[in-house]
Amino acid sequence: MRPAEEIDVSDRSLPPFHEKIETRGLKASFGSNMVLKGIDLRIPENKITAVMGPSGCGKTTFVRCLNRLHELTPGATVEGEALLDGKDIYDKSVDPVDIRRRVGMVFQKPNPFPTMSIFSNVVAGLTLNGVRGKEVLERTAERSLRAAYLWDEVKDKLGNSGASLSGGQQQRLCIARALAVEPDVLLMDEPCSALDPTATAKIEELMTMLKHDYTIIIVTHNMQQASRVADYTGFFYLGKLVEFDETARLFENPREELTERYITGKFG
Amino acid sequence: MNPEPLRATKSAHRSRGDALLKSAVAAAAAGIVILLFFLGVELVYNSRLSLVTYGFGFLVGTTWDPVHEVFGALPFIFGTVLTSALALLIGLPVSLGVAIFLSERAKERRLIGPALGSLVELLAAVPSVIYGLWGLFFLAPAMKNYVEGPLHAYLGFLPIFGTTPIGTDVLTAGVILAIMIIPTVSAVSRDILNAVPNSQREAMYSLGATDWEVTRKAVLPYARSGIFGATILGLGRAVGETMAVTMVIGNAPTISASLFSEGYTLTALIVNQFNETTSPLYASAMVEIGLVLFGLALAINLFARTLIWRMTRASRYRV
Amino acid sequence: MTGLILLAVAVAVVPLLLIIGDVVAQGAPAMSLAFLTNTPTPPGVPGGGIASAIQGSVLMVGLATLIAVPIGVGAGIYFSEWPESRLSFLSSFTNDVLAEFPTITLGIFVYLIIVLATRSFSALAGAIALAIVMLPIVARTTEESLKIVPVSLREASMALGVPRWKTVLRVVIGTGKAGLGTGVLLSVARAAGETAPLLLTALYSPFIPRSLFLPAGSIPYLIYYYGLSPFADWRTAAWGAALLLVAFMLLLNLTVKVFIGRRFSGVRAEF
Repeated sequence: MRPAEEIDVSDRSLPPFHEKIETRGLKASFGSNMVLKGIDLRIPENKITAVMGPSGCGKTTFVRCLNRLHELTPGATVEGEALLDGKDIYDKSVDPVDIRRRVGMVFQKPNPFPTMSIFSNVVAGLTLNGVRGKEVLERTAERSLRAAYLWDEVKDKLGNSGASLSGGQQQRLCIARALAVEPDVLLMDEPCSALDPTATAKIEELMTMLKHDYTIIIVTHNMQQASRVADYTGFFYLGKLVEFDETARLFENPREELTERYITGKFG
Repeated sequence: MNPEPLRATKSAHRSRGDALLKSAVAAAAAGIVILLFFLGVELVYNSRLSLVTYGFGFLVGTTWDPVHEVFGALPFIFGTVLTSALALLIGLPVSLGVAIFLSERAKERRLIGPALGSLVELLAAVPSVIYGLWGLFFLAPAMKNYVEGPLHAYLGFLPIFGTTPIGTDVLTAGVILAIMIIPTVSAVSRDILNAVPNSQREAMYSLGATDWEVTRKAVLPYARSGIFGATILGLGRAVGETMAVTMVIGNAPTISASLFSEGYTLTALIVNQFNETTSPLYASAMVEIGLVLFGLALAINLFARTLIWRMTRASRYRV
Repeated sequence: MTGLILLAVAVAVVPLLLIIGDVVAQGAPAMSLAFLTNTPTPPGVPGGGIASAIQGSVLMVGLATLIAVPIGVGAGIYFSEWPESRLSFLSSFTNDVLAEFPTITLGIFVYLIIVLATRSFSALAGAIALAIVMLPIVARTTEESLKIVPVSLREASMALGVPRWKTVLRVVIGTGKAGLGTGVLLSVARAAGETAPLLLTALYSPFIPRSLFLPAGSIPYLIYYYGLSPFADWRTAAWGAALLLVAFMLLLNLTVKVFIGRRFSGVRAEF
């Protein structure tokens, strides 16, 4: 088995694609504990990319670096570059708030604002940023809820509390909320881990619809999920990117022994 | 692809909002520190005349004679210390019992535990002046007739029970203070006991210990520094308590061995004489009484907070 | 041993029941509508009430709330949002000390800086002294109710591109506002019962308060002043005022209990 750091990720026979995001030597730490140890990765535009690996491999931290959420944790630091449309989001001139509006995020546990109605939740990103026009908000709410395939289920009870919905509906509400600010990229951090299989299937179906308009990155430790929805998959282990490839090839014919052991369940 | 230009003006506006919020709330936080500091400074500055005139003698002088401007604070310091000590002596065992009941026993009896806890906490909500009113008209006569009378009759040969009971005296003040510190001491002790890791209890149970043995040999020793902190906090409450004590202690600046004699505390002196001063030196001496109280309260609170803070912080990492 | 512990519990609870029982028994005869709406009369003159004291208390506690809440909430936000800073540690520690401080020393302080400067006892000085009593309570409860707002909500807001200050003011406070409200209620309950700081600041007046710069009466002061008086009718009035005050305290505290119990039981269970 070759040590992971000797792998030249760029030397891949991947078909050419246009990258939406590219990271160069991206490192992330909590205090003195480095959890991402230099990630070089190109994320294709309008595709679904899965970030997969065992717990503690740094996959969640990786996506949280892509919308600059990682740095909000006290003691957390980031080094290296992360390019969004070719511009480094960690450049001094860049306001993280702008980045977060262009790179939306859906979290592991559905987290609607408990004191807000369904409607207010969807448009929270707009109202909190000072958008007031009633018509604009209503139009955005409907468009986002339709995009999240939630409209038909909630259109008659938009004034109800977001917490009154089922777990799967709450998660789609959170997706609608993220879509309402019109991001280019959607980060999904294990979005189905708190959901039952039916709700999971709905979210996965939704993702494949959304990828025509958005670049989606999904963190998952569920290999079946990665193989079902993702066009590309990166396998992370101990803070390093072990392998990145088209999903089908990565699962059928992994190059790295580590990857193979992981997908065949011989990890231990 | 739509590389929307990142607008510098807007981003500057946003970080200004962040900076504005932070400096506004930091100013409020700093205000609290400045307030306490300024409080100390004002007390020292306005007692300078008395500080210079009497020096250390102020603390050990036993005569308080405004007419001849002889000011010694010892009778009041004595009264404050004695009543607070009595309050702890009576209040601590009761508070500990309540804390043990609430944290170690009441968990099984889910209904009664929280209800009793709330009742004890309500004691803390009763205003001091109401304790005073009740203490003066109900507790003091009851103490005189049912507690102090018999004690004097049978144990009157002891100096502490040596004088004729009057009801409005040092012992009654101690009892009312004890009632008043029970909610504080028991609530903090309960939190401290709750912070004792369960592994400590289980280790003792696995050795075949009974409930009581677990409490006495595992829980209490583990929590002792925190309980000490809670006790000191109760002491702080007792030292600073004003209205109730003023109304039941009799207000005579004597230093007597008997618990049945009238006494006086620092706080009661401020209540009775602060607005009655007739000369700059007298006024200055009254502020110095406040300064002594400030120093006492500050020392007690710093000590108690440090103890409790250490205990709860340590347990946060362990759990 | 269990017997001793139960005895301790009984000893702790019995005084509360006795106090409430005696206050009700002594105060009920004084209670009437006229008692609440009339101004005090000299001893021996019937028909006196405590209206001026009620209005003085409402005025001073109200003004104190207006002063203490913005500062206390601000400090609480600072403690919960920037807990790592040195100022946060120092101020939070000072806040704990201030919360336990003898309130009579706060009275001396306000006497020295306000009463001496304005050469008059005043409702304003009383309100400032009460504000200092309330401040640490508001700050601490604000901190605690904001700290239990889940990080996930904060992150959800930040991830939508909402700047931090708006996230704090709208999302975090919006979610924690029930706890914040309870804190304010608790501090009002505390201030309404305070006597010692008022002795040296607002003093007393039997008249309906007309100006912030004149002495003002208050319920707790009236209880003290009338309770120690040699006149039977004044003492009865003191018990009536005590009943009013205790009823107000119990009501406020029970409201808060029920409120907290409902609102936060789920969150508390996680600890």
